[in-house]
Amino acid sequence: MATLELIGLTKKFAANNAAAVHDVNLNVGDGEFLCILGPSGCGKSTTLRMIGGFEEPTAGDVRIDGQSVVELPPNRRPTAMVFQKYTLWPHMRVFDNIAFGMRLHHVPKEHIDRDVKNALQMVGLSGYEQRYPSQLSGGEQQRVALARALVLQPKILLLDEPFSNLDALLRVRLREELHAIQRRIQITAIFVTHDQEEALSLADRIAVMNAGHLEQLDQPSQIYAYPKTLFVADFIGVMNIFNATRTGDSLRVGQYALKGATGVRGDSNLSIAVRPEDFTFGAPTDSHNSTEMWRGVIDQSIDLGHYRKVLVVVPGLFENETTALAHRLKVYMPKSADAKEGDSIALYPTRYLVYTDHTQPIEVRNQALRTSDETRRDDLSSVAVSSDALANSG
Amino acid sequence: MATLTSATPTREMALNPTLLWKRMRRELLSVVLVVVLFIVIIGPMLTVIFWAFAEQWRYPSLVPTKWGLSYWQETLTRADVTAALPLSIGLATIVTFLSAVICLPASYAFARMNFPGRQGFLLSFLATNAFPRFGLYVSIAVVFFRLNLIGTLPGVILIQIVNTLLLMIWIPTAAFQNIDRSLEEAALDVGASRVRVFLQITLPLVLPALSAAILLTFVSTFYEAQGALIIGVPNIQTMPVLMYSIINSQVIVQYGAVISLVLWLPSLLLLTFAQRFVRGNTISAGFGV
Ligand SMILES: Nc1ncnc2c1ncn2[C@@H]1O[C@H](COP(=O)(O)OP(=O)(O)O)[C@@H](O)[C@H]1O
Ligand SMILES: [Mg+2]
Repeated sequence: MATLELIGLTKKFAANNAAAVHDVNLNVGDGEFLCILGPSGCGKSTTLRMIGGFEEPTAGDVRIDGQSVVELPPNRRPTAMVFQKYTLWPHMRVFDNIAFGMRLHHVPKEHIDRDVKNALQMVGLSGYEQRYPSQLSGGEQQRVALARALVLQPKILLLDEPFSNLDALLRVRLREELHAIQRRIQITAIFVTHDQEEALSLADRIAVMNAGHLEQLDQPSQIYAYPKTLFVADFIGVMNIFNATRTGDSLRVGQYALKGATGVRGDSNLSIAVRPEDFTFGAPTDSHNSTEMWRGVIDQSIDLGHYRKVLVVVPGLFENETTALAHRLKVYMPKSADAKEGDSIALYPTRYLVYTDHTQPIEVRNQALRTSDETRRDDLSSVAVSSDALANSG
Repeated sequence: MATLTSATPTREMALNPTLLWKRMRRELLSVVLVVVLFIVIIGPMLTVIFWAFAEQWRYPSLVPTKWGLSYWQETLTRADVTAALPLSIGLATIVTFLSAVICLPASYAFARMNFPGRQGFLLSFLATNAFPRFGLYVSIAVVFFRLNLIGTLPGVILIQIVNTLLLMIWIPTAAFQNIDRSLEEAALDVGASRVRVFLQITLPLVLPALSAAILLTFVSTFYEAQGALIIGVPNIQTMPVLMYSIINSQVIVQYGAVISLVLWLPSLLLLTFAQRFVRGNTISAGFGV
C-alpha cells in the first residue's frame, strides 16, 4: 500500500497571473481516504492532475512511498484516475475497457478474465462484459470506470468529482459503495469534490482549498468545529459571520457587547463566526442586560423535520443592513421550540470563534448569560448537528 | 386506446372544410414535389439509361424503339476509353493517397496544436472553393507551363490535390477536435504510451470521419474534369475529360450515355460502401469546424 506526499506543489498556467495551485503541502497516509474540497475553480482538479501526471507542476514535488514521481508520465505512475466526464472508450466493450490496461502490461489471458470478472463483481456489474458504453447508464459507466482503475491495483486511486454528473440519489448510493470498496481493499484514495456533504461523509481527512491555497487539512469533525480560516468557516456548513471591533479585552458586534473573549490580540477589526446551533434563546424580559442580550424578531421559522431553522432579524447587529435577506441570523432550534414568525426573541451565542488576520481563531464558550426560559436552553443541547443540517447550508 | 383517440380528430378534420383544404394543399404540395423531383433528377437519369441501352430511338416514342447492348461493346472497346478508365482510377487513387498523406497529419496538427495563424490557415483552404475554379486553374496553368508540368501526370496530380484540400483537412480536423481529450488521458492513465493511445483510441474514434473524407475525395477526384482538362491537355485524358470531348464531338448519343453509366459505377459502389461503414451523421458533423 502507499503513502502520498505533496511538497510545495505549485502550478501556474501561462494564461493566468495567479497560480492555479499555490504551495500545497500535505501527506496522505497508507489506506487513507482524503477529500480535496473547495469551490469551483480553486485548483482541486489541477492538484489531482499533477498527482496523476496530467499536468506538470511549476514547482514542488509529488512523492509516492517516498519516491518522487514528478518526472514520470501518467502511464508510468502507480496512480489510476476516475474522471468527472464519462471516459469509457466507446469503441470497446466493457470487458475490453477494463482489460485494456492489463493487456498493455502483458497479463496472461486467464488472469485478465478472472480479474475483469472480479472487478465487475466488486462494482456490482457482473454480466456486463459484452456491453458497449453506449448501452450503459451514467452511473454504470462510472462504475465501470472505477473497475477499470482498480483492476490495475494502483497504489493511489484518484477521483475527480466522479459522481457529479449523476442525479442526487444515485450520487449518494455510489458514494456509499465507493466508501465500502475503499475500506475493503484499503487503497489510498484522493477524492476531489465541491460538495461538502460528499466530503464530510467520505473522508478520513478533508483538505479545504481556496483560490489555489490549502486552507485547512483536518478530520471532518475538526473542520466543522474549528475552521481555521474565515473562508473555511463560511464554506463548511452554515455559519453566521459578523464584523466585530475590539477595544482592549471587550468585543463589540454592532451595538452589542460580546462577553468572554479574553486574550484576543492584534487587529481591532475582527470577524466573529457562530454556528446556528450555538445560540441560547428565549422570550425577552426586562432583566436582560440590553447591550449583551441580542433582541430580534423571528422572520421565518422553517420546520426541517428533526429540527427547526429560524431566521431572525436583529437590528443593529450586522454592519451593513441594506441587503436584509443576507443579514438574518440563522438559528437552529429543537423542533419543539415555540418559535412563530413575528415573535420577539432574545438570544446570545454560547460558542463562537474569533478570527483576526494574524493568529489562529480563538474559540470562546460563554454560558454566563441566561435567558428567562431555562428549559429551552436545555432543549437546545439536544440538537445534534447532523450532516443533513450541514448539507442545507448555502 | 391510443389509435382510437387519435382517429377521432382525423375524422373531424375531414369534415371541417378549412382543415380539409389545408390537408389537400399539403398533399398537393407533396405531389408537386415528387413531379419536380422526377423531372429534375429521375427523368434525366432515365433518359441516359435508356440511351445507353438503345439501338434505335425514333422521335415520338417515349422509350427506345430498339433495345440492345451493341453500343456497350462498341464504346468500351474504343481505344481512348480503354486508356482513360484505368488512368482515371489510377489517378484518383494516387491523388487520394497523396492527399491523405499530406492532409491527415496536418489536420491532426490543426486540431491539437495551437500555433499562430491557425484559424487563418484553416480558412485559407476555403479559398480554393470560394472563387471560380476556372480562373484559379488558368493562373496555375501559367505557372505550370513555366515548370513544364502542362500535359504531364504530375501536373494533373498536383492540380487535383489542390481540389481535395478542403475536404481532407476540414473533416478530419473536426473529427480530431471532437474527440474528448479525457478519453486519451484515461488510456494514458492505464499505461498506454502516446503512440499506442493514438493507434488504439484516437484513430479508431476518428476512423468513420476519415473514411468519409477519403471516400468523398476519391469520388470527387474521379469526376474532376476542369483541372484535368486545363493542365492535362493534350496527353492526359481522364474519363470525365473524355466524356466531354465525346459528347461535344460525336453525333452518336449512345457513346456518351454508356460512358456516363460507367462513370456512375465507382460512386455508387463507394457510396454504398460508405453508407454501411460511416454513421449517417459523420459527414454532416464533419463540417462543424
Ligand atoms: N489548462 C489550463 N489552462 C489555463 N488555465 C487553467 C487550465 N486548467 C485550469 N486552469 C485554471 O486553473 C484554475 C483551477 O482550475 P481547476 O483545478 O480545474 O479548478 P477546480 O477543479 O477546483 O474547479 C482555474 O482558474 C482554471 O481556470
Ligand atoms: Mg475540477
